[in-house]
Amino acid sequence: MLDKVEWLASQAFADLNKIANLKDLEDWRVRYLGRKSDFSQILRSLSALSPDERRVVGARANDLKVKLEETLTQKKSSLEDVVLSSSAEALDVTLPGRPVKAGRLHPVTQILNEVCDIFIGMGFQVAEGPQVEWEYYNFEALNMPADHAARDSFATLWMDYESEPGHRPMLLRTHTSPVQVRVMERTRPPIRIIVPGRVYRYEATDATHEWMFNQIEGLAIDTNITLADLKGTLYEFARSIFGKDRKVRFRCDYFPFVEPGVDMAIDCFMCAGAGCRLCGYTGWIEIMGAGMVHPDVLRRVGIDPDVYSGFAFGMGVERIPILRYGIDDIRLFFGNDLKFLQQF
Amino acid sequence: MKVSLKWLRDYVPVTEAASEIAHKLTMAGLEVEGMQVIGGDWKNIFVGEILAINPHPNADRLRLATVNLGSKQVTVVCGAPNLTIGDKIAFAEVGAELIDGHTGQKAQLKPAKIRGVVSEGMICSEKELGISGTHEGILVLPQSVQLGMLLADYMGDTILDIAVTSNRPDCMSVIGVAREVAAQTDKQVSVRAPAYAEEGPAIHSLAAIEIKAPDLCPRYCASLITGVKIGPSPSWLQQRLLASGMRPINNVVDVTNYVMLEYGQPLHAFDFKKVQDHRIEVRRAQEGEPFKTLDDIDRKLTKDMLVIADGKRAVAVAGIMGGQSTEVTDATAEILIESATFNAAVIHRGSLALNLRTEASLRFEKGLSRELPLIALKRATQLMVELTGCRVAKGIIDVYPGKEDSKQILFSAWEVKRLLGVDLSVDEIIRTLEKLSFECESTGIAEEILVTVPWWRTDVTNKADLTEEVARIIGYESIPTTMLSSSLPEPQTLPMRSFRQKTQDIMVHCGFQEIITYSLTSMEMLQKLSPKNEYIGPQPVRTAHPMSRELEYLRTSLRPGILATLVRNQRYKEATINLFEIGKIFLYKEKDLPEEREMLCAVLSSAQPKLFWRGNADPVDFYVAKGVVETLLSQLGIEAAFNPGDDASLLSGRNAVIVVDGDPVGVLGEVHPRVARAFDINDTAYLIEIDLEKLFSYRNDVKSYTPISRYPSTIRDIALLVDVAVSYEQIRKVIAASPLVNQVILFDLYSGEQVPQGKKSLAIRIIYQSAEHTLTDAEVDEVHKEILDILNHEFGVTLRS
Ligand SMILES: [Zn+2]
Repeated sequence: MLDKVEWLASQAFADLNKIANLKDLEDWRVRYLGRKSDFSQILRSLSALSPDERRVVGARANDLKVKLEETLTQKKSSLEDVVLSSSAEALDVTLPGRPVKAGRLHPVTQILNEVCDIFIGMGFQVAEGPQVEWEYYNFEALNMPADHAARDSFATLWMDYESEPGHRPMLLRTHTSPVQVRVMERTRPPIRIIVPGRVYRYEATDATHEWMFNQIEGLAIDTNITLADLKGTLYEFARSIFGKDRKVRFRCDYFPFVEPGVDMAIDCFMCAGAGCRLCGYTGWIEIMGAGMVHPDVLRRVGIDPDVYSGFAFGMGVERIPILRYGIDDIRLFFGNDLKFLQQF
Repeated sequence: MKVSLKWLRDYVPVTEAASEIAHKLTMAGLEVEGMQVIGGDWKNIFVGEILAINPHPNADRLRLATVNLGSKQVTVVCGAPNLTIGDKIAFAEVGAELIDGHTGQKAQLKPAKIRGVVSEGMICSEKELGISGTHEGILVLPQSVQLGMLLADYMGDTILDIAVTSNRPDCMSVIGVAREVAAQTDKQVSVRAPAYAEEGPAIHSLAAIEIKAPDLCPRYCASLITGVKIGPSPSWLQQRLLASGMRPINNVVDVTNYVMLEYGQPLHAFDFKKVQDHRIEVRRAQEGEPFKTLDDIDRKLTKDMLVIADGKRAVAVAGIMGGQSTEVTDATAEILIESATFNAAVIHRGSLALNLRTEASLRFEKGLSRELPLIALKRATQLMVELTGCRVAKGIIDVYPGKEDSKQILFSAWEVKRLLGVDLSVDEIIRTLEKLSFECESTGIAEEILVTVPWWRTDVTNKADLTEEVARIIGYESIPTTMLSSSLPEPQTLPMRSFRQKTQDIMVHCGFQEIITYSLTSMEMLQKLSPKNEYIGPQPVRTAHPMSRELEYLRTSLRPGILATLVRNQRYKEATINLFEIGKIFLYKEKDLPEEREMLCAVLSSAQPKLFWRGNADPVDFYVAKGVVETLLSQLGIEAAFNPGDDASLLSGRNAVIVVDGDPVGVLGEVHPRVARAFDINDTAYLIEIDLEKLFSYRNDVKSYTPISRYPSTIRDIALLVDVAVSYEQIRKVIAASPLVNQVILFDLYSGEQVPQGKKSLAIRIIYQSAEHTLTDAEVDEVHKEILDILNHEFGVTLRS
């Protein structure tokens, strides 16, 4: 019996050596290791032997079967390698792939999202308000009564609506600041909001002027909010949006609805402060106006300025991509040329 | 406001470099937008005197001038017409940097032989020196200038161009800026009190002044001068006017302008002989009152304006511009000088209405101090005496119905800490404010300070204003930088914003480019949306004074903007152009702000299938557009039905209404060919429009979970013969209603040969699956047959063999 086992095994190994393809290999497997193979039959008939013989023959047969199976696995994998690596299926990898139609957000939307996210990270909430506004919210509530000289800096698009003869109180908002007032009217401190949105000016367009643009307004009101907090908040913002190495400058400026008033500038990244065309040879690029909310503005919405204080800031949104990407014409944003939009 | 550094030095001993002054002023709120250095490169230019003038031997139009430079004499060739013996002039030696009179370029003066005569330098014009554009003649200097001195020492200056914010009319003056410079550099301002002799009868016996509108004119001061000799101003005054950007006219006008620049108080000079009845009235104008201003323009005044009138008629629009009838001329000998305060709002409104922004109105409209007129009047009168040789009538008329006490504000160190976040002691704050001439007094109570505001600071009225003054002087850069530490507001989200962002993201993922178009449009564009070219939308809201016809109405639809954008991009022959915009439309409301509705509009257009080496992309059609809507809605968790629609902009039959919960929320379809033509669209375009606010109200933020079945599914493919009139949706509903049906997929639609007339063939795959057990063939067969029976019974559907 043992001799038969040894003979079968040597036969099997010899056949395996001659096999050159996967099909023959499968035939070989069926012949030598399949259920009806001689090997299997021997293993099944072991019970007829004496216990001593069974132990010797059984052990040897099992041993040889394991070896055959191992060799089969090796042979199979090496034959597969030959097939898979054959060059018949090779593709020209330089052929163009099928184009996938990809869309993009408008660059202004992208920047608005980016700016909002920065302030949301600092605990601000997004608020929105109407684009067509009452004169009251756009001007009066912000310390600019009728005939106030500061109104001159807001060339206004008035709507064709007369509340009484000669008086047109409806306009396209010239800034996002009216939303400050609307939020303060309906919310009690603590308040921390940012207001993104479209604003409008009566203005002829050219490379640096557009009659419609976007602003982001910020407002924080609580007890003990200081100008130092305003500096910290805007400093973090400037570094997030323009880079960690930016220098930030705060100086006094005037806006009727804040006091003290602040102008924030960053150092010019074109000339690193030496002075160039981009920064008007000052080394600084003005980014936004800000300040501590004027006590009269607070009083008007029923917030006691002796108890609460807060800051507000506002900036043009298009200015950010203009500076960041060196865009030389603001009209490109709403010209919606795909060759422009698809760059962002 | 252009301010000469040299002029500033009359009041404050500036020792700092101009750039440092500019920096300090900018940081303190007076932004220096530009600096012009006069004579910075006048290295070899000296004051000389013309000793002799001789003809040029070889040229008729040139002459030889002998110039005395004090230490030496030189001869130069000169072509200027205004050469005069004895005149002091600016002489440039060889090597000097001059502006070429013809090219305007800077060039170094080279040794020259002109028509055979050596010229040892050049007598300069203003243009060559770079101080003005004048090149007609040489610059003639006053006789008092010392011979041989460097011109730069005499005339060199730095002009600061300061953007004065509208709250600081006091800084629209040299003295005002001097006060700021002094405060910023720890110096004292000194302004000499004007003094002059008066003679003759008292002004009160010669002239009368009445303020009939005391609410609009709180103060009116006047002095009267006689024996005026009109002539040019001395060169120092002319030079200062020029440096400040004003043109010298004659000594009288120049003095009024000079004092305005010096003190910030506009003045007006009336030819007193022409003032009827020698009487001045300040009153409201009559509606339609005609008036000819100094600029020779006939104007119509309104009752909202204020005029200065004499006994008979208006002689000036108060605070804006004088009139021709009392204008000072060369023959004028008696002058009434006006120095007054007018209501800021009236001046602002009046100058806008007349479209007349003058140096005077720009100051008055910002609110000048009522204490200023008298001081400025005295200064002007003094200069008149010095420059015109006039006599001054005794006294000054000072009508002052609006006198106010000086302002006092109760301030505290605690307030500074509260608003700035800086700890300053009471003493530090007092010292800081005193630099700006605020009078401070510690009340002895806690950290309180009683502050008296100097009369010229009309802008300071409360504690916040004083806090800014403190911040400006200590410097914003010295205020610490801290992060907000106060409590956070109640958590609050803006769900519409998240919904909008989600919608934007889905559209982008569907291959759409976002665009942003103008909120204003034209009636013409809105009309193009109808195939009959007539406006069919809701009532639009119009702007009162449209910037142009293209921007006259608030948009009532996003369609014109997106279709116009499509056209503009057609020229690129992009295979497909997919655009979308999310934005507001504006709907008229009676006596109220318009309703602003947020809309989504998208357009798909296919010029030609995109070229690709393994077969071109599928062309865009209705079902491509519908797939976008289905994807969008399913991502937003909204179920919608699509019904045949009748939107006028869309082609009938290829036009669907998107319905959610029985509510039409949008439309989709092929742009009507006539609408497309109106917009110059060459290709078939598909439009999607959805009311985002309606959609938002149907949003489903609550997602539910259905366990995934562990049991295998069974697939049955069938081909059905259906009447053409029966919609796919009717069939699908029947099939999907069966509880064992997991999915229904239409995989072919066919009509034509082999399909009877009036029928269509639908090939449908039904996937059966149970959540509870493995379905047996018998079970599926039974349900399948049941479905076919219902279809046959309800719609006469048969199986196609
Ligand atoms: Zn620069």
